[in-house]
Amino acid sequence: MSANGTSEMITINLDGREVEVPKGMNAIEAAKLHGKEIPHYCYHPKLSIAGNCRMCLIEMGMPMRDRGTGEPVLDEQGVQKIGWGPKPVIGCATDVSPGMHLRTDSESVKEARNGVTEFLLINHPLDCPICDQAGECRLQEFSADHGRGYSRFIEDKNVKPKRTVLGPRVTLDDERCILCSRCVRFSQEVAKDDVLGFVDRGTYSTLTCYPGKELANNYSLNTVDICPVGALTSTDFRFKMRVWFLKRTNSICTESSVGANTTVWSREGKIYRITPRRNDAVNDTWMTDSGRDLFKPFESDDRLTHYTVDGVHQSPEIAAKAAAELLRAGSVAVVGSAHSTVEEQFILEEIAKKTGASVSMVKHEGEGDGILLSEDRSPNLRGALLNGLISELPKGDLTLLAAQVDSGAVKTLLVVNEDLTQLGLTEAQLGQVKIIYLGAFANAVSQVAQVVLPSLSVFEKSGSFVNQNFRLQKFAAAVPGPRGLIAELGVLAMVEALLGEGNSQAPTIAQVWERIGQTEGVFAGLAWQKIPEEGLKLEAGSLAKLNFVESKNLKLDPAALEAAQALPA
Amino acid sequence: MATTKVIERKPLTFAEKTFLPQIATGLKTTFGNMLKKPITLQYPEERPVIPDNYRGVPTLVKDPNGREKCVSCQLCEFVCPPKAIRITPGEINAEAEPDRAHVEKAPQEFEINMLRCIYCGFCQEVCPEEAIYLQDVFSLSGYSREEMINKKDKLYELGGTLPDEHFKWDKKKAAELSGNPEH
Repeated sequence: MSANGTSEMITINLDGREVEVPKGMNAIEAAKLHGKEIPHYCYHPKLSIAGNCRMCLIEMGMPMRDRGTGEPVLDEQGVQKIGWGPKPVIGCATDVSPGMHLRTDSESVKEARNGVTEFLLINHPLDCPICDQAGECRLQEFSADHGRGYSRFIEDKNVKPKRTVLGPRVTLDDERCILCSRCVRFSQEVAKDDVLGFVDRGTYSTLTCYPGKELANNYSLNTVDICPVGALTSTDFRFKMRVWFLKRTNSICTESSVGANTTVWSREGKIYRITPRRNDAVNDTWMTDSGRDLFKPFESDDRLTHYTVDGVHQSPEIAAKAAAELLRAGSVAVVGSAHSTVEEQFILEEIAKKTGASVSMVKHEGEGDGILLSEDRSPNLRGALLNGLISELPKGDLTLLAAQVDSGAVKTLLVVNEDLTQLGLTEAQLGQVKIIYLGAFANAVSQVAQVVLPSLSVFEKSGSFVNQNFRLQKFAAAVPGPRGLIAELGVLAMVEALLGEGNSQAPTIAQVWERIGQTEGVFAGLAWQKIPEEGLKLEAGSLAKLNFVESKNLKLDPAALEAAQALPA
Repeated sequence: MATTKVIERKPLTFAEKTFLPQIATGLKTTFGNMLKKPITLQYPEERPVIPDNYRGVPTLVKDPNGREKCVSCQLCEFVCPPKAIRITPGEINAEAEPDRAHVEKAPQEFEINMLRCIYCGFCQEVCPEEAIYLQDVFSLSGYSREEMINKKDKLYELGGTLPDEHFKWDKKKAAELSGNPEH
């Protein structure tokens, strides 16, 4: 996509090959489109161009025209001559134009890269054995690709501070910094918290925080992600594990309805870190710091680890049977959750239909930051609406349900995740009803529940969420859950099957999607395999008119949406 | 079709019929070895001389200053073909060990499972800090599987101290103290 939003294609000559690229794209991206890598450090597709690392030097030429007449200058064969620039230019700040000639692998380009690499390595410490960036370090990679392989530098290397604490989550190793200024630009442009800058000159240049400030904003760890070397390190992940041991799994952040795309890095069932995954329609290449810590609560001791019926540990099959037995008695109310996946909500809706239960849901809201943390702190509220599990926006508490319990209209509760004692129900009221509790953590409800069905975290199961822009996004299981637990989708499906005539085997997620695909509405015709990795935009339809709580953030503009909705009507 | 060829054997000569030349040659070898120095060793009382490049049990070594050299980069864990090595990396506590704080990283735990180890020497070859060596220990046994997993203290006990040509971290420390007065 070009800078002005159009995708007009132009023809350029890339290493002697005529290729089509969008107008206004820079040379690095244009070359990448056609499989040519132009190495770069300071350029980042989502930040402004700084052009200070000089690694992306390429040769550029334009078809020659006579200065006076404007006529093309032809050579002996009658072909227009190319006027090559006398020196290489930087690819990041070179926007392609029609007829432009680029050389990305000529001898002089290689020489330029070699020279730039040599200068970058002059003062770079030989820290690779202890550096956390090793394995994902651009300097390491490009030094192998474009460096000379040995050092001609015999003087002493520069000494700079090794363990500067920039903020609560970021530690700076100044010796490793190559002064690309990505972190500085990120703080200015994306996080809007301009605290970083360079002081001193020449080889003494040092990245530092403004005096009296610290890098403490909720996006500080993105600077660690975009740091091309190991200068900015995550205090949490520092020295924990080498990246080449970590398995990457695509996941979705559950912190808010933004649904940032993430990568979960795990080894042998233990999660080590979560980093953002690029999705230009959702989160660009960023995510919040708070979203990176969401795996930690699931390592705690108060997790539910056993299926329990009346306080006795049971197998999932027996627990499902007990739950179905309770639900068959009627007078059921379901307290759903916007933290459940689309599939779980679908099965929950089926259970509610079969038992004639009323479904309520509670909203989870917090303060938004206008970037990637929205006001709605549940990842899948729109999924519940699209599924038909609920038809209007959830309320803050469950006073209606409390009244129903008091009047005896509700005798059995199926609760997902929520701690009802915090939502307007007293413990005495909980004592009046039979409770089936589905959740990951022990709380006041799980303690009094007749049937407890432990659920898995988003990192331990597969599923999908619908984000603030009605984008259906799927995630995969990164690590196994506690021993003996199956995904709650399976347990819910067993309960649902026991309520009807179906067999009570836990279905796969694809089988559940076969059923979802047969429903009417936006999910019609969809299948698990058909959801692309980058997500699928769904039609909001009449739901767009609901008064959602989200205000403007990085990829959501309610005012613009409203205007767009108003137009066709 | 294979054809059979019948070889005609010559009849034995008189000397051969007496077997005396054969007995004499055999006894020559016997008496020859009786006079030589014995080659066999009375193992385990006698032990062989282990050459310098022998690949025995992998061990961790300290530098002549008595500091552990391993910085837990985990390259040996990565390269180990039978996955015998298991490292828990850790940060050096700057307050507890100020003289080593500049190294920043050291293994919290270092395990080599000798039931898995195939003595290939890749770990020694890959180590960027020259901290792991396959030395001269060749007979290792134990009564349980747990006993056959060499922990960090056992590895250092087996490894001892080896001479160091580089003193990389001492140089680093010296540069930190003297280099670039501006910083």
